[in-house]
Amino acid sequence: MTTLDAKVPAGPIEDKWTNHRFDIKLVNPANKRKYEIIIIGTGLAGASAAATLGELGYNVKVFTYHDSPRRAHSIAAQGGINAAKNYPNDGDSIYRLFYDTVKGGDYRSREANVYRLAEVSNEIIDQCTAQGVPFAREYSGLLDNRSFGGAQVSRTFYARGQTGQQLLLGAYQALARQVSLGNVKLFNRSEMLEVVLHEGRAVGVVVRDLINGEISSHSAHAVVLATGGYSNVFFLSTMAMACNTTAIWRAHRKGAFFANPCFTQIHPTCIPVHDEFQSKLTLMSESLRNDGRIWVPVDPDDTRAANDIPESDRDYYLERIYPSFGNLAPRDVSSRAAMRMIDENRGVGPLKNGVYLDFADAINRLGKDVIEARYGNLFEMYERITDEDPYEVPMRIYPAPHYSMGGLWVDYNLMTNVPGLYAIGEANFSDHGANRLGASALMQGLADGYFVLPYTIADYLADWLNISPVPTDHEVFQEAEREVDGRMKRLLSINGTRTVDSFHRELGKIMIEYCGLARSKPGLEKALSQIPALRDEFWKNVRVTGTEDNYNSELQKANRVADFFELAELMCRDALEREESCGGHFRVEHQTEEGEAQRDDLNQAHVSAWEWKGYNVPQAHHREPLEFENVALAQRSYK
Amino acid sequence: MDLTLKVWRQDGPGKPGEFKEYEAKGISPDSSFLEMLDVVNERLVEAGEVPIEFDHDCREGICGTCGVMINGHPHGDQKGTATCQLHMRRFSDGDRIVIEPWRATGMPVMRDLIVDRSPLDRIVEAGGYISVNTGGAPDANLIPVPKPAAESSMDAAACIGCAACIAACPNSAGQLFTSAKLAHLNLLPQGQPERYERTIAMVEKMEEFFGSCTNHGECEEACPKSISIDNIALMNRDYIVAKFKDRRKAGQT
Amino acid sequence: MTTTGRRQDTKPARKLPWILEFYRSDVAKKWIMAVSGVILLGYIAAHMLGNMKVFFGPEEINEYGESLRDLGGHLVPRTHLLWIMRIGLTAAFAVHIHAAYSLTRTNLQARGRIRYDVPREYLAANYASRTMRWSGVIVILFVLFHLADLTWGTANPDFVRGEVYDNMVASFERLPVAIIYIAANLALGLHILHGVWSLFQSVGANNELYNKWRRYLAWGFTAVIVLGNLSFPIAVQVGIIS
Repeated sequence: MTTLDAKVPAGPIEDKWTNHRFDIKLVNPANKRKYEIIIIGTGLAGASAAATLGELGYNVKVFTYHDSPRRAHSIAAQGGINAAKNYPNDGDSIYRLFYDTVKGGDYRSREANVYRLAEVSNEIIDQCTAQGVPFAREYSGLLDNRSFGGAQVSRTFYARGQTGQQLLLGAYQALARQVSLGNVKLFNRSEMLEVVLHEGRAVGVVVRDLINGEISSHSAHAVVLATGGYSNVFFLSTMAMACNTTAIWRAHRKGAFFANPCFTQIHPTCIPVHDEFQSKLTLMSESLRNDGRIWVPVDPDDTRAANDIPESDRDYYLERIYPSFGNLAPRDVSSRAAMRMIDENRGVGPLKNGVYLDFADAINRLGKDVIEARYGNLFEMYERITDEDPYEVPMRIYPAPHYSMGGLWVDYNLMTNVPGLYAIGEANFSDHGANRLGASALMQGLADGYFVLPYTIADYLADWLNISPVPTDHEVFQEAEREVDGRMKRLLSINGTRTVDSFHRELGKIMIEYCGLARSKPGLEKALSQIPALRDEFWKNVRVTGTEDNYNSELQKANRVADFFELAELMCRDALEREESCGGHFRVEHQTEEGEAQRDDLNQAHVSAWEWKGYNVPQAHHREPLEFENVALAQRSYK
Repeated sequence: MDLTLKVWRQDGPGKPGEFKEYEAKGISPDSSFLEMLDVVNERLVEAGEVPIEFDHDCREGICGTCGVMINGHPHGDQKGTATCQLHMRRFSDGDRIVIEPWRATGMPVMRDLIVDRSPLDRIVEAGGYISVNTGGAPDANLIPVPKPAAESSMDAAACIGCAACIAACPNSAGQLFTSAKLAHLNLLPQGQPERYERTIAMVEKMEEFFGSCTNHGECEEACPKSISIDNIALMNRDYIVAKFKDRRKAGQT
Repeated sequence: MTTTGRRQDTKPARKLPWILEFYRSDVAKKWIMAVSGVILLGYIAAHMLGNMKVFFGPEEINEYGESLRDLGGHLVPRTHLLWIMRIGLTAAFAVHIHAAYSLTRTNLQARGRIRYDVPREYLAANYASRTMRWSGVIVILFVLFHLADLTWGTANPDFVRGEVYDNMVASFERLPVAIIYIAANLALGLHILHGVWSLFQSVGANNELYNKWRRYLAWGFTAVIVLGNLSFPIAVQVGIIS
């Protein structure tokens, strides 16, 4: 085990970023056009980075497996984006945003990164507004803010319930402008399947054209991965169908350390699963908990319809257990409480897999019109999916895998331990520690892409001035191409009996049961014995139809699921190794008498970074110790 | 519920295609339309056949990736709903469902139900942006935006780029998509400096690929985000003004 | 970076004079159709109103025909102003037709060879909007017949130049001709029903304050024109005018 150095600059936290920008090397404007940069992914982080690097004058190639950059799953974010503007004059500041984010992350994030995030948050709002993002406005024409979980100030900027969409379109349009100017070359329907290293540094990628299956190499001075999170390892999650770990996993296999893989967030307000064939879970905005009351029947055998159950037979458990925060308890806390209710067999709905989120009181108090104005579109969406009218009967909700705080380990410059390989946005292990606060993901993606990476990448590039990228006919590229091609052929040639989805579904069940909301040593050990067995069966018995030289979604899925197996194993091992409960990671062995998460700041205040050692060989464990110079560590309490 | 599907199958771009029939038995009415296709596909794979390829991703009606013609209606006959949000309870047991790809010369079929929508990106690249480099922005509150303008800009910006408008149009026109992007930017103060250049560039790029508007209004009906054809009128006006205006002498207007 | 399926080739390298450059655009063509449509609608309304004089007797209508030639009084040579109007009208008609023809070709090309298998069930498009091309062609044919019938006289054996009243009666007395006039005016009605509404969209006149009135105006205008025009053949046929 080695100790990792994040290269955090010295000095007071307020000055670190300013000083760092002065200290790092620069590339002069005329020299920028001599550099090639590859960016994988066109979500908030990827699109904003590609646009900004293009504006600066670099030659950028950007790849997306979608038909258009605008499809990336950042688009689905609903609530908003945080910034420390303090427009409402309620006492917000950069320091408070920094403090809230570190605390919300249960003290498992890197202070300097979070401070920088809070620092650039205001610039993001300025930038996006200038781009024409139609943020909500007051009647004065000035920007409106709303409050969000985990904060006592109103600092969330929003565009109706489609903030992610509007921010992504802003970044996409900036990217489109650079494409039209010729600074960025866009490759759509192209999936990155390998990172290519030469003499220990990242020099390019191998991609597959999804339409005709053509495998090609692209070389550059630096490679940036902006490929999002991996919650689809659970099969059912709030992620889009294609979200996957392949890009960062291939990088991991080439030597990039994977940090905190077990830190995944389970979001409390999703629509429960209805049957075996369900393909994804739909999130209902967290804001619903402002007016809805969460309850389950007192009696597990109660079969009455919700509205027939009298008050005396209902258990408003969040209000009972957490009287001061009540229904607004943070995501991890309320998710676990819901899980306990369902474990006690008090779940509701046909599959007894949900809890009620009841608006009857709010409708009586405020009137249906007010509720409709606040949540109308969400109620409509809920009705469309479940065929139940939430104005009449309570909604049913259940926690679902949502965001992955873990990801590739990066230093202060967002570079992985592989020189020239960067990870930004959700793909890195990021600034959220063990739990992400609402409206912070958009902030981080854009901070990385617009304001951090475009500066810090120069520090690496400056050393490679006038050195051409490794040509794509070099042996390292040829070998990588052969490897990718071999993998495709191998998947197609197994021709077993089970579909890719059946494997993925089974893997998801193992993961949600043993590495989901609550994790235990025996459970994780069980998962660690089941996952390799399932993976071995996959490689013997999967059936992938179709051909390699055509659009083949089964082949795409198979390739992604193959990587999910390996990631799942690492997640379980990381969860097993982290002997504490913090944020989204809850080990049943580590809880207070009241059943709350129990951190171990003495032994576990570190980032776990895992190094690939080969197939079927356990990864090596490295640590980056976390030092808290500004924020005092305290137990979170929401009672 | 048991259904019969009649689905367009095509092996690749420019290849001939044909309709094929599939049985979809035991479908849950709570499934979404795409989950129904998932079930059919999983059975096809089990039977060793090549599954039906279709575009999809977020499955919550926001990414705009999905979209097929269902019994002659883009995204099915439920108003304001994308294909992924259409649920099988809209259909009855024993129904026969015809599933076709979007049809337009500008969006050729790539495979089965997948079409090439990249012309939409080309239209945005032509001018669907505000030319502000990162870092050059003034404080956000220095640009007040009247609330009604912000609201109608947002109405237009809600477009998900699914191309149902083009699929629905008897002329395969791209007007609703293009005008929605134009209205989003042209209604905001930030969008004024480039308003007329943008309008000309985007309209003329659009016309390289798609047909012209004959004011049928089918696009608005098909739009999963119910974007209004009022935006098309705004685009038409801006285009004509752009063509006749001496922009060098127009000052700030 | 796949971009296939261009509807048309990219524009020619040589720049055309600005008016032709303008006319290349479909949006501009629609605007020109709207503007020429307004001219034609104005003519149709004036034509219908002027012909109403037939109900006041032969002198009134014949005098009306004569005064058209005298338009401009002593300020311009006789019939010159009428000819200027005729030329303007023909130009509006020609450009309206050319734009329609060219847009139709464009749209057929944009739609491609393969059509949807399921016949479209239109939700917003009405009969009038979908039949503009056909109603337009009917109107063109009718205008040619109408000119031959009552202006040139080639389609009317009893035609006497200048005898407007007698010519009209002689023409409409023939039942097949009356039917042609009635059918053609119904087609014209369909055409302007969509056209009057549509032209507001094409020029971008769109305002929530009056948007619904665009439909009312289309219906009202169409009703007046069609009823007015139909009154002539019907009046002759039932013997009110003879």
